[in-house]
Amino acid sequence: MIEVKHLTKRFGDFAAVNDISFHVERGELFALLGPNGAGKSTTIKMLTTLLRPSEGSLKLDGHDVVKEQDATRKSFGIVFQDPSLDNDLTAYENMELHAVMYNVPPKEVAPRIKELLTLVELWDRRKSLVRTFSGGMKRRLEIARGLLHHPKVLFLDEPTLGLDAQTRNLLWNYVGNLAKEKEMTILFTTHYLEEAEANANKIAIIDHGKLLTIGTAKELEEQTKTDTLEQAYLALTGREIRDEEVDPHEAWKARHRSRNMR
Amino acid sequence: MRVMYILWLRQIKRYFRSRSRIIGAIGQPLLFLLALGYGLGSVYKAAGQGNYLEFLVPGIMAQTILFSAMFFGAMIIFDRQFGFLKETMVAPVSRLKIMLGGALGGATTSVIQGVLVFFISLALGFRPHDWLMALVALIFMSMLAIAITSFSSGIGSFVQDMQGFQAINQFLVFPLYFLSGALYPLTHVPTWLRIIAEINPISYTVDALRWALIGTSRFGIGSDIIAMGITMVVLITFGAIRFRYIEA
Repeated sequence: MIEVKHLTKRFGDFAAVNDISFHVERGELFALLGPNGAGKSTTIKMLTTLLRPSEGSLKLDGHDVVKEQDATRKSFGIVFQDPSLDNDLTAYENMELHAVMYNVPPKEVAPRIKELLTLVELWDRRKSLVRTFSGGMKRRLEIARGLLHHPKVLFLDEPTLGLDAQTRNLLWNYVGNLAKEKEMTILFTTHYLEEAEANANKIAIIDHGKLLTIGTAKELEEQTKTDTLEQAYLALTGREIRDEEVDPHEAWKARHRSRNMR
Repeated sequence: MRVMYILWLRQIKRYFRSRSRIIGAIGQPLLFLLALGYGLGSVYKAAGQGNYLEFLVPGIMAQTILFSAMFFGAMIIFDRQFGFLKETMVAPVSRLKIMLGGALGGATTSVIQGVLVFFISLALGFRPHDWLMALVALIFMSMLAIAITSFSSGIGSFVQDMQGFQAINQFLVFPLYFLSGALYPLTHVPTWLRIIAEINPISYTVDALRWALIGTSRFGIGSDIIAMGITMVVLITFGAIRFRYIEA
């Protein structure tokens, strides 16, 4: 369902993603793990047409991501790492706008919105402006929105960040069902390794833009002769702490701008 | 069509929910009408030019639309900062539809602002020479509004922050407005100023509005419509092209 071959993204002479290849089968729950700044979000940005790869090829549901952007966009849903809601619209209006942009048949719009808002327990708040929501509520709304158009592939970039245990549990149960029953392919990133261990069929670990290893949680533990995914992860990526918030794209744009200003 | 409609509706809803924006955008033109209309009115009359308020109102209406339509570009910058832009950028919808839907919404709210200023002017004693022609003015207002919202979408798609956007407002839009003949007649101005005003597209909208509202025109309504049409096509094209390269 997802095919990544020799994917590379350079910002200036810095390679944020360096020659990564992997593939994800239909119905698979695939975890992309790595420390801050490893290249996870850059990879997702390229897979979701927000960034152009410098090299390599990307296929999603049989579509070339770079050449067939519109067909690609129809096949995936995404929950971004940072908020992407319109705060001046209500929860319902945010959902409706998404449904229309993804060409959900008019008759299905209302029932689907009701189903999903009920699922994330926001149906009672559907008429409230999003600006009045807490961080967790916004997150839940974004997850509901990402599922609205029944995508074949769902990207979740740190979906559970800032959510309480109840909501995380609810989310993973629902997402697990989607993968099993609807054969939805799900690619997610997370810093909670136990989530990856419990939910992912396959795990890829990347660091410094390179793919370190790929396999089931068990395989990674055997490979590193450790007992948990967390230990395996630390064995592979080291214990050194990374700087927070390294978005190479933003950093590059900022450098580029200051150079132009001079 | 559904997509453009929902993006248009988004702008309309946001506009009516933001009372501060409505009041703020009315405040400035009101100040201009009061300060200039009454402040300079007697001088204008003494110079034998007639009723200044009457002359000024079409100019202030154009000003209102110009600046509120420019503000639409700032909304794109806010959408980028609050992350909503990403949501539209990954949707399977052409950039042109996204740009036009939003720009039409922004244009609609700008025209509403212009109409509000018209009603305020009525309260201050302004009367159009012909009420039916006042409806024709709506067409000219819409043309200006859609041209400027397209232009400002283009600007908003490559200017990264509000400071940069304000700079464009300061160095481009303010001069265009003040050098357009919106505030003073071009009959007795120095030649250089007259030439600038004659190649300035805003002058033609102001002139068309005067033609519709008070029945006087400097360039002739034919030239006005041609100039406005060209401006509209050029600016919509500019906006559409720039918006294709927008980055979330």
